[in-house]
Amino acid sequence: MNAISGAPGTAATGAGLAANAIARAALRSDRFRLEREADWQRLEAIVAQMEKGRLRRLSDDDLLALPGLYRTVASSLSIARETSLDTATLAYLEVLVQRAWFVVYGPRSSLWDWLRGFLGGGWSAAVRAIWLDVLIALAVMVAGTIVGWLLVAHDPDWYFTLISPEMAGSRVPGASREVLHGSLFGNAGQSGMSVFAAGLFSNNAQVSILAFALGFALGVPTLLLLVQNTAVLGALLWLYSGQGLLLDFVGWLAVHGTTELFAILLAGAAGLHIGRSMAFPGQRPVLQAASEAGRRAAVVMSGVVLMLVVAAMLEGFARQLVDQTFGRLVIGGCMLAIWCAYFFAFRGRGAQVRRA
Amino acid sequence: MKRSAIPRRGTSRDRLLVTPEGIALPITVAGRGSRVGALILDFIVILVMMIVMAVLLNSIAGGVGGIARAIAPDSATAHAVQFLQILWIIAIFLFRNAYFLFFELGPRGATPGKRLAGIRIAARDGGRLTAEMVIARNLLRDVELFLPIIFIMTAGVASGMGWLAAAGWFAIFLLFPLFNRDSLRAGDVIAGSWVVERPRRRLEAALSVGPAAVPRPDGMSGDPQRRDYRFSEAELAVYGEYELQALERVLRDDRGQAMDSVYQTIAHKIGRNDGWNDERAFLEAYYTQLRARLEAGMRMGRRKADKHSGESR
Repeated sequence: MNAISGAPGTAATGAGLAANAIARAALRSDRFRLEREADWQRLEAIVAQMEKGRLRRLSDDDLLALPGLYRTVASSLSIARETSLDTATLAYLEVLVQRAWFVVYGPRSSLWDWLRGFLGGGWSAAVRAIWLDVLIALAVMVAGTIVGWLLVAHDPDWYFTLISPEMAGSRVPGASREVLHGSLFGNAGQSGMSVFAAGLFSNNAQVSILAFALGFALGVPTLLLLVQNTAVLGALLWLYSGQGLLLDFVGWLAVHGTTELFAILLAGAAGLHIGRSMAFPGQRPVLQAASEAGRRAAVVMSGVVLMLVVAAMLEGFARQLVDQTFGRLVIGGCMLAIWCAYFFAFRGRGAQVRRA
Repeated sequence: MKRSAIPRRGTSRDRLLVTPEGIALPITVAGRGSRVGALILDFIVILVMMIVMAVLLNSIAGGVGGIARAIAPDSATAHAVQFLQILWIIAIFLFRNAYFLFFELGPRGATPGKRLAGIRIAARDGGRLTAEMVIARNLLRDVELFLPIIFIMTAGVASGMGWLAAAGWFAIFLLFPLFNRDSLRAGDVIAGSWVVERPRRRLEAALSVGPAAVPRPDGMSGDPQRRDYRFSEAELAVYGEYELQALERVLRDDRGQAMDSVYQTIAHKIGRNDGWNDERAFLEAYYTQLRARLEAGMRMGRRKADKHSGESR
């Protein structure tokens, strides 16, 4: 308790009004308060500036002093709780410590710092951390594609159950080879492609956010969404293979599809990760398990949005510019290789970032 | 409005949060009403921003649009209009997804609506609020709020199934905060965050350092009008911490009637009547000396909770 043992005599030797007031205070707890009030008020002024968003107006001294002041005031609170019955002071200190805690433990990293840590290993580490869910989602997507193919091969009426007529356009069962070929090639130089790309991105990003968020319902809707989307893919594959255009279609799709399907795979895996951790939390409380999984999945999801931007670029521009199957396959294959290398081979400073 | 210095504890929304330094802080979970209010305010802000954006883009596009129709579609003006379209699509996406992210990642941890409602987000475990938490809680917002509308739109307004699905959705997500103690949204569950009230309290002057409260060492009052009150150990021993707090509240509120009745009670209890017509000075002196006595006891490890309890060790 040496913090409150400052004797009145020693305090009074200091010149000035404050020292005088301290000396005159009858109660030890009041002397304690008067001796520290300046620190408290300085912290309050700093915190108030930060709460108003005026970070620039703070001097470097103040910013550097903030953590130290926070700890000083926090220890003042601990001492005051044991030695003072001045309710006003206690209430003020509690509120001040809480406000400073918000600031000191607030989201400190700037967006730029966060992005650097994120790209420099945080993202790939998060993807590796949910590897099991990625495998499950991959299996579900493959199964969905096969189911889509088999359903349509068994009964072509299924085609229109899976794909709405507006979306199908000219790509209907029984369409001639020329029509289908035309839908894959010859769109180069068409204007308005950039708008198309932006629209695609917005739509795909919303779908993948949906796949992620549905994980909250124990992951079941996520799986259904994955199956439904890949069944459409299976049906289209069946349609084009019927006219011997399977490879061309794969090339057409691969330009952006390797990136886009990968992104949807990760979004589904992220949703599944949350659903799985809520359904089977193990030894941890459900809330804790959910929030741990949620934070990991949020990192993956930020990356998914980024991948979808890339996919939309490829779909809007690269696919129209490269009008032959081989070139398209090369682009798609390269993108897939890059993503795989980044996620599973690139270690970066991932471990550090995740701990920070 | 002047807020009382004495916090009124004991509502069902009060929690204890332990900071990484090991200090327990009382914290108040934000009420559901203020959260709905904050959300509505944010939607109004978003809507206004979207309208401003639409008017702005339209006026630009309208200027060049007339010319664009007259000339070839592949000209520079057509590209300009295309660019505006892209801007619009991206802006809508950002308004929908990045608005909440941007504001909650700042040092204030609150969107403009939340700030007006006096609430903010914080980490539930007392640790740092990380960017991942903010991202996670906001990714789910979209699904919680907008998906039922999409259900109904895709299924058609007349579709019973569409309404049923939307109603089920509302029951799970929108009403989720009603069914847990901390009124957590689904996004809060995933992120490990919660929404709490943003406190604000000024440091009030200490009552016991005013001129009236400090007895002069020589027993004489500096002000000849003032009388000096001294209370004996027995007179101080009747009350405990609870009564001290009540007395502090009365002194701070400074209302004549309350002061009178408290004076009557205390004077009667300790059998003194020399503070007549000088109640405030009498009570301030009693407050200071009672606090000195109780705090001295605290330092020795003795506490007296209220007048009914004996001094505990």
